[in-house]
Amino acid sequence: MQIIQVAADVAVQTSQVVGNLGVLGYGLAAIGPGIGVGLVVSKTIESIARQPELAARLQVTMWLGIAFTEALALIGLATPFIFAV
Amino acid sequence: MTLLIVVFTLWAGKFRKSTATGQFVPGRFQMMGEISLNFVRKSIAHEQLGEKDGDRFLPLLTTIFFIVLGMNITGIIPGLNIAGTSVIGLPMLLAGVAYVTFIYAGVKRHGMKFFKNSLFPAGVPKAFYALVTPIEFLSTFILRPVTLALRLMMNMIAGHLLLVLCFTATHYFFLYSDGFFKIFGVGTFTFGFVFTLFEILVAFLQAYVFTLLTTVYIQLSLADEH
Repeated sequence: MQIIQVAADVAVQTSQVVGNLGVLGYGLAAIGPGIGVGLVVSKTIESIARQPELAARLQVTMWLGIAFTEALALIGLATPFIFAV
Repeated sequence: MTLLIVVFTLWAGKFRKSTATGQFVPGRFQMMGEISLNFVRKSIAHEQLGEKDGDRFLPLLTTIFFIVLGMNITGIIPGLNIAGTSVIGLPMLLAGVAYVTFIYAGVKRHGMKFFKNSLFPAGVPKAFYALVTPIEFLSTFILRPVTLALRLMMNMIAGHLLLVLCFTATHYFFLYSDGFFKIFGVGTFTFGFVFTLFEILVAFLQAYVFTLLTTVYIQLSLADEH
């Protein structure tokens, strides 16, 4: 009987999720830019394979694309600090 | 910062002396200085803006590049360990400078029509202006400087946090843990070393991206509408 009581207490106490919501937020925020940067770089690799003489120009455009796409992930990293209680 | 100034003064003095004496075969310092300066000039300014406009904005772009690069590198120097660009002041300042510059470039080239051209792009059916103009305003005049500053600052903060994590873990494992776990200290120390090298790459990359984005924004402001 007492064991069942203790087990019930443990079950109630561990039934809530504790932790830092900001970390969870960043994890969600990093999904999109991760896929996005992968797309940008993969398209650049394909284009360089098609037309190697444009490689320098394409590389510059790739860095631009990566900067824009990663900006959202970094804003996701900054948001917990902005909205800190 | 002091260290950076000392190193830079020594290097710049050597560079200037060698350009003053004007030897035809460049020495090593002169070569390094020329490579760095030409990097910003040729592969960023001239490529995006063309020769004339590139040379017009070149002092600003070179300054931005070397400020960002130098202050990023101070995050790796063992005594300092904090990047100058990881506090909000410097990225905000540089983003503000870039903001003023690209608006200045647009207004000087196009006059006050610059604002009309950027907020009401050509070739959009009249009815869509209600949707397009707020988006254009937000993206051009608000998001550009904000994301410039935030991108630089958060890259440096994230790198710093990673390094803190690695070296704190090493400290803990070597000093405070019992017997077997000390082995993990070797692993985290290696991680710390590798991440420091990665941070050098990120420092250079963020300087390059900041300067490149400023150049692209200037180029977009200077571009003539079709």
